[in-house]
Amino acid sequence: MGWQPVVLWADGLIWLTVGAVGLLFWRGADNIRAGWQSLWRQPVAMAAGLILLCYVGIGLLDSLHFRLRLPAQAGMSVQYSVEVNSVLDVLIARLSAYQEQSYSAPLAKHLFVKMPTTLPDGHLVLGYPELTLYQAQRLGRDEQGAWRHWPEKVRLGLRGVLMGVLLAAAMTLLFAGWQAHRGGVSLRDLLRTAWQGKHQLPWRTGWATLTVLCVLGAMMAEWSTVYHVLGTDKIGQDVLYQSIKGVRTGLMMGTLTTLVTLPLAVGLGIAAGYFGGWVDDAIQYIYTTLNSIPGVLLIVAAVLLMQGFIETHPALFDSAASRADFRLLFLCLILGVTSWTGLCRVLRGETLKLREQDYVSAARTLGVSDWRIMGRHVLPNLLHLILISMVMDFSGFVLAEAVLSYLGVGVDPAMASWGNMINAARLELSREPVVWWPLASAFGWMFVLVLSANLFADSVREAFDPLGQRR
Amino acid sequence: MSESLLQVSNLRITIGKARVVDGISFAIAPRQTFVLLGESGSGKSMTALSIMRLLPESAHYQAGDIRLHGQDLLGLPESAMRPVRGGMVGMIFQEPMTSLNPVLTLGEQIKESLSLHQRLHGRALHEAAADLLQSVGIADAAQRLHDYPFQISGGMKQRVMIAISLAGNPALLIADEPTTALDVTVQAQVLELLRKVQRERGMGMLLITHDLAVAAYMADQVGVMYAGELVEMAPREVFFKQAQHPYSQKLFAALPSQPDQVLQAIAGSVPALDKVFEGCRFADRCDETQAICRNAIPAWQDLGNGHQVRCHGVSSPFQIKPGPALVSSRSAQPILRVHDRQALLKVRDAQVYFDLRPSTFFGKRRQLKAVDGVSLDLFPGETLALVGESGCGKTTLGKSLVQLQPLTAGYIELDGVALGGHSRRLLQVQRAAIQMVFQDPFASLNPRMRIHALLEEGMVALGVEPDATRRQILLEQLMTQVGMSKQALNRYPHEFSGGQRQRIAIARALAVQPRLLVCDEPTSALDVSVQAQIVNLLRELQTSMGLSLLFITHNLPLARHLAQRMAVMYLGRIVEQGDSAAIADTPAHPYSQALLQAVPTLTTHTLVSLRGEPASASHPPIGCHFHPRCPRAEAICQVTYPALRTLQDGRQVACYFPIDPVAT
Repeated sequence: MGWQPVVLWADGLIWLTVGAVGLLFWRGADNIRAGWQSLWRQPVAMAAGLILLCYVGIGLLDSLHFRLRLPAQAGMSVQYSVEVNSVLDVLIARLSAYQEQSYSAPLAKHLFVKMPTTLPDGHLVLGYPELTLYQAQRLGRDEQGAWRHWPEKVRLGLRGVLMGVLLAAAMTLLFAGWQAHRGGVSLRDLLRTAWQGKHQLPWRTGWATLTVLCVLGAMMAEWSTVYHVLGTDKIGQDVLYQSIKGVRTGLMMGTLTTLVTLPLAVGLGIAAGYFGGWVDDAIQYIYTTLNSIPGVLLIVAAVLLMQGFIETHPALFDSAASRADFRLLFLCLILGVTSWTGLCRVLRGETLKLREQDYVSAARTLGVSDWRIMGRHVLPNLLHLILISMVMDFSGFVLAEAVLSYLGVGVDPAMASWGNMINAARLELSREPVVWWPLASAFGWMFVLVLSANLFADSVREAFDPLGQRR
Repeated sequence: MSESLLQVSNLRITIGKARVVDGISFAIAPRQTFVLLGESGSGKSMTALSIMRLLPESAHYQAGDIRLHGQDLLGLPESAMRPVRGGMVGMIFQEPMTSLNPVLTLGEQIKESLSLHQRLHGRALHEAAADLLQSVGIADAAQRLHDYPFQISGGMKQRVMIAISLAGNPALLIADEPTTALDVTVQAQVLELLRKVQRERGMGMLLITHDLAVAAYMADQVGVMYAGELVEMAPREVFFKQAQHPYSQKLFAALPSQPDQVLQAIAGSVPALDKVFEGCRFADRCDETQAICRNAIPAWQDLGNGHQVRCHGVSSPFQIKPGPALVSSRSAQPILRVHDRQALLKVRDAQVYFDLRPSTFFGKRRQLKAVDGVSLDLFPGETLALVGESGCGKTTLGKSLVQLQPLTAGYIELDGVALGGHSRRLLQVQRAAIQMVFQDPFASLNPRMRIHALLEEGMVALGVEPDATRRQILLEQLMTQVGMSKQALNRYPHEFSGGQRQRIAIARALAVQPRLLVCDEPTSALDVSVQAQIVNLLRELQTSMGLSLLFITHNLPLARHLAQRMAVMYLGRIVEQGDSAAIADTPAHPYSQALLQAVPTLTTHTLVSLRGEPASASHPPIGCHFHPRCPRAEAICQVTYPALRTLQDGRQVACYFPIDPVAT
C-alpha cells in the first residue's frame, strides 16, 4: 500500500523551528552548548524538560502527515484518500477504533446515558448498554491463571505499572550506557555515583520522572485495550484520543504565535528604545493604537473575515486538513499581531536604560555601527526578559486558544483541541449528573504543559545567564 | 571591659562557604569614634550590618557575640531588636539618594522615627522634627519638613539621614561610608557635622571607610580590616605615626602624595574567602613574606599604647619606602613649556546645552548649560587633568571629545581638523585617535561578551587590523601591556575584579591605537591600592606609547600626582587653568583653594569647608557662578562673570580677586 506525504504549512513551520533550535544548540557557539549542558544539571529542568519532550514528541509525530493510496481501480490513475492522517494517528489508531453512542465515564463498561437497546430476545428496553469496545475486546479473552480472581482493571493496571517501571529502567540504563561509553567510565561506577546523587546530572530526578511518565503511558496503553481510559464524549469519541490530538494544536498555537510576536516585539522595541526621536514616537503610536482596540474584538472580526474567505475560495483547499491548517495559521497570525505590544513596551524601556550604559557608549566611541550595537550589546542583555515573556506568552497562547474556541472563533470545530473540548464542557457541566471528564482531561493536559513550560523556562534563564553561573 | 559601649568578640559570619567576617573582636567606648578601615570586600559593611542584625538572608552568624551596654544583641528576640535599631543604635548608609523614601516628605520620615522611639505626638512631634533638622544644619527647618527628597541635594539628603538616625537618641551611631557618594566640599561639611553631633550628644560612633584621610580626621581608634579579619588596631595618633602591619603601610604608600614617584601599588588582589587560611592572609601580597607567614596564622601582638597588630614580622620599624623615581620624571619631560608646539587637540568655546523641557509655544525654553564655553589645548604626550565636582560638566566635555555628545556651539579640532561632519573614513580615523576609559569598569564592559570579543570589536569596526591572525597577536600583546594574562581573553568580565576590569577597559581603548585617552574618573570606583595600580599603568603606557591623557577627576591630589597641567571646572566653565603643581600648591581661584582645603589629608585636623552646595547648572547664579559660596566675593562678583586673566606664571584664572600666591 503506497502513501503520499502531505506537508501542511503549520507542519513545515514547526519542523523548521525545531530544526533551527536544534541547530542552535548542537552547532551553536560553545557558550550556548555550555549553557545547554548546565541546564540539564538542574533537577527541575530535568523533570520539566522530560515532560515537555513527551509533549513535543507527540506534537511532532502528529505533524507528519500523509495520505494513503486508495485501492487501484481499473482504468483510473493512482488515487489518494482525501483523508489526511498523521504518524500519530497510526500509532494510536486503537484509541479511535471503536466509536460509542454517547458519553461513557472513564474506565466504564457501560454507557453513561440510557439508550434504547434490543435484547437478544427481541425486546426493546431502555438501559445502559455495554460499550462496543468492551464488548468487542472481552470476547475471545479467556480468563485463566492465578490472576483471574482480580478485577480486570486492577490486573491491567498492575501490568501497566510493571511494564512502565521496566521500560523506564531500560531507558535509563541505555542512556547510562551511552554516557558511560562517552565519558570513558565503567557503567557500574557511573550508576553508583548517579544513585548517590554525586554525578553532575540529576539522575535520580530523571529516572523518577521517566518512571512516572512510562508508568502512566503503559497503564493507559493496557487499559485502553478494553476500556476508554478517559471516557467518551457526547458523540462517543474517546476523550484520551482527543486530548492527545489536542497536543499538536496547543503546541502550534503557542509556538507559531510566539514566532509571530517575537520579531515584532524585539525589533520594534529595541529600535524604539535605541533610536529614540521620531522612530520611538512612531512605534509608540502604533502600539498604543493597537492596544486601545479591544483584542478579542479584533480577533473575532479577523476570524469571521477569514471564514468568509475560506468559503468563497474552496478551490484553494484540497482537504479538510488544509482548511483547518489555514485557519490555525491565521489564528496564530492575528493573535500574534495583537499581542506583541506588552513585550515591546518592556523592551523599549529596558533598551532606553541599556542605551545609557557605559559599554554602549564605549562601543559607540569605537565606531561600532548602530545595528551591531543593537545586536551585540543590547539584544543579549535583553535575552532574559525575552525568554521569560516568551514562555509566559507561550502559556498564554495555549490558554488563549481555549478561550477563543470557547467563544466559537478558535480553531476549526472539527480539529481536536483542548479549547473545543472545553467549549463542549459548557453543556456537560450543566447537565445532571455532571459529565466532568472531557473538561478535566483537557484541563489536566493543558495544565501539565503550561506548568512544565514555565518551570523549564525558569531553568533556561538561569543556565544561560553568564552572571548566574557564579552562584 | 564593662565600660565599653559596644563589645564585639570573636564574630564570625559566613555567606555560603565564604567567611566574610572571620573572628573579629573590638570594643567601642562611650564618646569614642572607632574607624573600621578597609577595602571593598574586607567585611567591614557586614560587620556594621551584623550589629543591627540586618544581615542579608544568605549570611549566617557562626560564632561570637555582640554586646551593647553588656546586653547580648544576638540573643535578643526579634521584637526586642526593634527598639535597639534606631533607638540605641542609629545607622547611616552610603547612598543618601536611595536611603530616603522618595514619596514621603522629609518631615514624615523624621517623624516616623521620632514617634517610634520617643513616643511623641502632635505639636511636640512637629517641633521635635524641626529641631532635629535644625541641629543637622538645615536652614528653614520648619519649611523643609514639607519638602520631598527630590527637592533637596545629595548633601542635604545625607544631613536628613543623619537627623533620622539621631531621632532615637542613639548611644551608638554607625556610619557606613557616609561621605563616599558626596562631593569633596560637601564631604567636608558632613564630616564636620558628624563630629559635631557626636560631641554634643556624647555618642559612640562606628565609622566605616576606605579613605585613610577620613579616618585620620575622624578617628579616636582605628581598626584595619583585611579579608574578613582585623589586622591592626591602634589609637589614631599611634596608627598614623607608626602603622606596623605591612598592609596598613602599603595603604599609606598607595596615596598620591609625592608627585614624582610611582605610587606603591599592592600587587594582586584580596584572596578568596571560601578557603581555610593556614597562614597570614596577606602573605601573597606582602613584600616581606617568610616561611612562617605561610604556615602559621599570626596572633595578636601587643605593642603597648593600645596598639595591636597581627603580623609575624612586627619588629621592622615603620617607614614608607620611597618609590622608585619615575623613568620620565617631570624634569625629563619638558612638556610644560610646549605652547610653541602644535596642539594635538584644540577646544574652543565648547558649549553643550540640554533642553530640560520641550519648548512649548508660550513657555520659556529652559536649558541646562552643562558645558558653557570651554577652551582648552592639549599637546602631544601631555597629561591634562580636568578637576571639578559632580555636575560641573567635566564628563560631558569628555563625552564631546569622543563624539558621544554633540556640541551645541564651539568646535573641537584634532590636528587642526574639526571633529565630526566628515567622510566616513575620516570619522573612523578621528574616532580611533581619541578613546575613552569610563568611570565604572563594572558598567563599561558588556557582561555577555568575552574579553576577546570586547577588545576586537573596535579594531574591526574602525578597520585597525583586518587580518584575524595578526589581530590575535596584537590582542595578546595588548593584554601583556596592561598586565593581564593571555588566557583572560577567553573569559567573561564578571570573572575579574574591578582593577582587572579597568585594565581590560584600558586595553579596549588602546586596541584602536589612539593618540589621546580621555579617562573619566578611571579610579574612583576602585580601592586605594588598586587605584595606584591603574594610575601607574596609565603613566607607564603614556611614556611607552607617547599617549596624551585627559584625566577627568574630582581628586585634586591625584590630579596633581598624574598631570602636568590642570584645569579646574565649576558649573560648566573653567575657573583656573595652568601648571598642576602651581595650582595645587598655591591656588589662585577661591574655588580651587576650597577644593584643596576640603580634602582631608593625613595631617589636617580642621577642614575648611565651603558654605552651601554647588549651584544647579540649570539656573546658575548671575555674575560669577561661585560668588554665593565665595569668601572673597564683592559687589562686582554678583553682576558680571569675570573674564579669564593670565597671571605672571602663565596660568589663567577667572576671578576678579585671585589669591596672591605670595600672600598665602
